[in-house]
Amino acid sequence: MLSVTGLTMRFGGLKAVDDLSFVAHAGDITAVIGPNGAGKTTAFNCITGFYKPSEGQITLAHANGQSFPLQRMPGHRIAARARVARTFQNIRLFAGMTVLENLLVAQHNVLMRASGFTLMAVLGLGAYRAAEGNGLDKARFWLDRIGLLDRADDPAGALPYGAQRRLEIARAMCIDPVLLCLDEPAAGLNPRETDGLNDLLRSIRGDGCTLLLIEHDMGVVMRISDHIIVLDHGKKIADGTPAEIRADPAVIAAYLGEGDEDEEEAAA
Amino acid sequence: MIRAVRDAGLSALIALGLFAPLIGLVTENGDNGLVLRARPIAVAVVVGLVFLGRLLMLTRRRAITVPTLAGPSPAMLRAGSAVAPVLLMVALLLPLGGSRYYVDLATLVLTYIMLGWGLNVVVGLAGLLDLGYVAFYAVGAYSYALLATNFGLGFWTCLPLAGILAAFWGVLLGFPVLRLRGDYLAIVTLAFGEIIRIVLNNWVSLTNGPNGITGIPRPTLFGLRFSMDGGEGTFAGFFNMEPETIQRVIFLYYVILGLALITNWFTLRLRRTPLGRAWEALREDETACRSLGINVTNTKLTAFAIGAMFGGFAGAFFATRQAFISPESFTFIESATVLAIVVLGGLGSQLGVALAAIVMVGGLELLRSFLSFLADQMNSPFFAGIANELPLYRMLVFGLALVVVMVLRPRGMVSTRTPTVLLGGRA
Repeated sequence: MLSVTGLTMRFGGLKAVDDLSFVAHAGDITAVIGPNGAGKTTAFNCITGFYKPSEGQITLAHANGQSFPLQRMPGHRIAARARVARTFQNIRLFAGMTVLENLLVAQHNVLMRASGFTLMAVLGLGAYRAAEGNGLDKARFWLDRIGLLDRADDPAGALPYGAQRRLEIARAMCIDPVLLCLDEPAAGLNPRETDGLNDLLRSIRGDGCTLLLIEHDMGVVMRISDHIIVLDHGKKIADGTPAEIRADPAVIAAYLGEGDEDEEEAAA
Repeated sequence: MIRAVRDAGLSALIALGLFAPLIGLVTENGDNGLVLRARPIAVAVVVGLVFLGRLLMLTRRRAITVPTLAGPSPAMLRAGSAVAPVLLMVALLLPLGGSRYYVDLATLVLTYIMLGWGLNVVVGLAGLLDLGYVAFYAVGAYSYALLATNFGLGFWTCLPLAGILAAFWGVLLGFPVLRLRGDYLAIVTLAFGEIIRIVLNNWVSLTNGPNGITGIPRPTLFGLRFSMDGGEGTFAGFFNMEPETIQRVIFLYYVILGLALITNWFTLRLRRTPLGRAWEALREDETACRSLGINVTNTKLTAFAIGAMFGGFAGAFFATRQAFISPESFTFIESATVLAIVVLGGLGSQLGVALAAIVMVGGLELLRSFLSFLADQMNSPFFAGIANELPLYRMLVFGLALVVVMVLRPRGMVSTRTPTVLLGGRA
């Protein structure tokens, strides 16, 4: 379970996120929506350790009861220890490396521990070989799941846009996350790819991973979210189930507006 | 046609501006000091050549096929895979030719190959632009020289120490520059290279300043010295041979060949470890690395340390080969040469670096001897003026060749990247 309390992020005089509090329950898909500039990505960057929040607490509780104060951890520890994975609004794959290598880099910490200060790996000794075999198996599992098994040895940058989006999610999943944060995963996808994405995200939730999602595509948000948080000007203006959000006048005024009615109906 | 002539005329005008001072003026020893002599004919010849060349290029443009950047053809790939084994065979058998000139030249080339492979870890794999690589070369050389002359330690004891010390300095440099990227990193590393050289130049009590360190001991072969007396405990004495200098020269050649091959093997293996993949990932996208829980600090520091270690090994070898070192050997131009080798060869490609070092270091020297040879052939009075100066033009020809290579292959001589692992089998 992720709980955010009193999160504030200031850039000079600007409050990009202002006293934001919410809870994302374990095993749920929680969507964060809001107009452009509402502070969604800033909040994400605070949760994933790319920004140090000016104020507030971000606590992630694992199923085994361990809990991590994310606002006090350095960026790479949040991924390595607290197991928070993320994707980016503009895809950030290792474009020159192959698809398979992208998934192996994601398992860096596990493989690094097995590599005995790299020496065992250089010499190709048994324990490391086994670890690398496991890493390859996991990569193969995810490639199969996102339908890219036949492109495994191609450079990631050569994949079509939709496949790159899926690969970025698979790469994030390779760190075995407890919380997966997705920044606009459906941006630029066609309707068929969007359906595939919905299925993928649902199946990831089915595995017990908690998802936090920024998305502009209401079709995706309304169909797969268990819980929606609406931000505007850095403040939370609504918090509830998709049905509640759809009926909330403040949300309609701030964000959905009149013009999006038919999209809503399509979603319903 | 008129446009072509005008364009060629413009090119000729630029050439005139460039070459009037470069070629048109020459300094000669006069009665009291240097005097300037003008050479209008030489300039006219070069400018004329540029004009005609440009005209030819423009009028026959269609005939010239511009090489495309599409992937290499299968035939090329097959030929490419044979290059490395052939080079290795040539390298192993080279001393059998018995020519001291070529063995010496090959030793020099191999030193640069080793430096190139070391820098390739930092620049090619981890993507950290390092303009001060010569600093680690210097640290290695001075480590060995000082340890050997002050404490009487042998080459093989000092070699790992030189590597460790250079790696230590690599980490020391790494710490302050961790937050910097690209241009900013390049400037700081450039400064670091200069700082090391200036310290070596001025710390006279330790390094003997600009006078350098002399009498650095040569390496031994399992305790056998390569000295000219041919007595007990020398290589020649042990094998009952006439002591000759060439024996030591060939031994040194095989030492640097061995060191370079170890560097290559180690780097190729490193690329396939999680650390090596993290370096390449770091080059591609540092932010994504952080989001995957990779400790960017440690990863960068290891790249600096391992790159510096290889530089240190090469430095120790340089010191033992020359038997004399001074700060003058570790100027910025060395860093620039090694970086040029890595970029020209193709960032991250081991074979490319080797080829580029052969071309840049060996090619320059061979060009010089070729031009001297050509000058010797031109005994007729007509050529008398130009013949003596021909070897002086090697830098000009060489610079032109580099520009041509970079225009035709902007990503270096070998720009294909081998995946570190393949799903079907081992990479």
